[in-house]
Amino acid sequence: MAHQNHGSQMLTANRLRDGDVLYRKGDGWVLALADGDVFGDEAAAQAALAAAQGEAGRNEFVSPYLFEVRIVDGRIIPVKEREVIRAAGPTVRHDLGKQAGMVNV
Amino acid sequence: MSEIQPNMYRYDEFDARFVAERTAQFAGQVQRRLSGELTEDQFKPLRLMNGLYLQLHAYMLRVAVPYGTLSSRQMRMLAHIARKYDKGYGHFTTRQNIQYNWPRLVDVPDILRDLARVEMHAIQTSGNCIRNVTADHFAGASADEIEDPRPLAEIIRQWSSLHPEFVFLPRKFKIAVSGSPHDRAALAFHDMAIEIVKNAEGRTGYKVLVGGGMGRTPYIAQALGEFVEKQDILAFLESVLRVYNEQGRRDNIYKARIKILTNALGIEELKKLVAREFAEIKARGDLTVPREELDRITAYFAPPAFETLEDAMPFFDEKKGGDAAFNAWASQNIAKHRAPGYAIATISLKAVGAVPGDASAEQLDAIAGIMDRFSLGEVRVSHEQNLVLPHVRQRDLPAIFAALQAIDLATPNAGLITDIIACPGLDYCDLANARSIPIAQRIARKFADLDRQHDIGELKIKISGCINACGHHHAGHIGILGVDKKGVEFYQLQLGGSGAEDASIGEVMGPGFTEHEIAGAVERVVNAYLAARKPGERFLDAYRRIGMTPFKQAAYDMEAA
Ligand code: SF4
Repeated sequence: MAHQNHGSQMLTANRLRDGDVLYRKGDGWVLALADGDVFGDEAAAQAALAAAQGEAGRNEFVSPYLFEVRIVDGRIIPVKEREVIRAAGPTVRHDLGKQAGMVNV
Repeated sequence: MSEIQPNMYRYDEFDARFVAERTAQFAGQVQRRLSGELTEDQFKPLRLMNGLYLQLHAYMLRVAVPYGTLSSRQMRMLAHIARKYDKGYGHFTTRQNIQYNWPRLVDVPDILRDLARVEMHAIQTSGNCIRNVTADHFAGASADEIEDPRPLAEIIRQWSSLHPEFVFLPRKFKIAVSGSPHDRAALAFHDMAIEIVKNAEGRTGYKVLVGGGMGRTPYIAQALGEFVEKQDILAFLESVLRVYNEQGRRDNIYKARIKILTNALGIEELKKLVAREFAEIKARGDLTVPREELDRITAYFAPPAFETLEDAMPFFDEKKGGDAAFNAWASQNIAKHRAPGYAIATISLKAVGAVPGDASAEQLDAIAGIMDRFSLGEVRVSHEQNLVLPHVRQRDLPAIFAALQAIDLATPNAGLITDIIACPGLDYCDLANARSIPIAQRIARKFADLDRQHDIGELKIKISGCINACGHHHAGHIGILGVDKKGVEFYQLQLGGSGAEDASIGEVMGPGFTEHEIAGAVERVVNAYLAARKPGERFLDAYRRIGMTPFKQAAYDMEAA
């Protein structure tokens, strides 16, 4: 099956112990979208996902998946509203989530 | 003020042991997951059986509030959990549950232990089982009630909790109960619903409805049994569940609910199949509810010892010089109680601009105090995401109002256009297509003026962030469904739904509106109603009389104010 052309993508997951949202960077994870790796092509994105799935036995994170992003004026912007909200926190409570500097540790 | 223990079900030894064992068992499972002994695939069904979901930002714990009844002691514990383990608040849902949006997995065993101390848990809030039974939130208090439905709800809970046949049903199964001809529990939208009725001889029994539901394929429930004798109710329910267990579609998640089976077979065929099972179970004779057992459980819910008082209503007569703010609240948020001199008071969790159903730990604590001082230690959670003080003295209403004002929970809008049901939507929910809460907030702000709300009268707006319909949009006089169009939120309007005794499914209007357009479209629909209504006619009745066309024309007339 031919791969769809997804454009740029990032890899996200949730930290097992507390559920906090993670973004892939190198062979580890960071808490902020802006610090994560952007994969410019499908092959790189799939390779990162496969690597993460291979690490599932480490029990550090769950539910890894890829999502699309755009780079606008040097900033990473998720294509879907869902990922914008996931990266920031609830739009109805600016005092909660990553937008509030709240790291769920 | 000391804590008051209201009349409600208390755990017996069996319940206490069961919950303690489940709590210890889940603590062990969490440990094994953290250490890697359990994989996520193995752990996920276990955590879901204990009410723990993984949502958009974090885990979410859904705590059961059986038939929506809470004691002040339990309320204080809910506040404690919000403060100690979460971010200082909880969210009341349309299933009469409370959800915490930010618990850490490592803390969940401690949270469940704390809950167990006040006879609470998170079991049967997820998975393909018989879910936490919901009930009329005015149960045991309302003037129009035939009988308190909560003893029946408790009997169903005990029967279904551990029933080996019903742990893996084709799909989840939701039951609601009501003891009043006025339906406040959205009976017609449940997999099964039981209404307490009186027959021609004046005996009480149960009318059983089946096959209702929302979601992708909404259906209104149909009558399966017009009058089931009290002692036969478990045999009857078991018969229905058996037919469903055997014939429900397990191959297709979208066709697995009993509503699909009911409509595929037709109600008459279903009646025949149920009758066959029923005859078999009755012949065996082991599922009769003994009179003593019904009496024993009913005794837990005995009406409190009401004082002998005179009715003081209407106590909100402005000419008597009452405070205008109090009068507005009392005339909107108070319902008639069965005992003279008493009232039922709704605590609206829908302040204009607030998140529907959210309450802070401080508010929960303060409500616990109000429950002890004024409501015999008891509160109810309504499926409309409000709280209800079921038994308050009419003469205490001004003091209650003042206490609620002090915690910003005295909004006088119960049943009005700003009393909006909204699911968590894309702000929290992993399954969402669009946000619900900000839409509710925008609409509430548009209609913030109280005189305008009163002029509009009863109008129920219900918003869901996806087709799963947790926000009951199919049952809204105005329903709003969030959809995803290429990653952008859109909102469909539905008109004419009702979750009351005149139940109906709303009709979809047409193409959706953007996030910025939807509140304006709602306003134009409401203006069309105001222009077309007859004196005293509710929005719903006007819609039923004149149909979709004038509302549709108004909604899409973007140029109109
Ligand atoms: S209706 Fe959809 S978006 Fe709303 S809470 Fe339910 S699953 Fe989530």
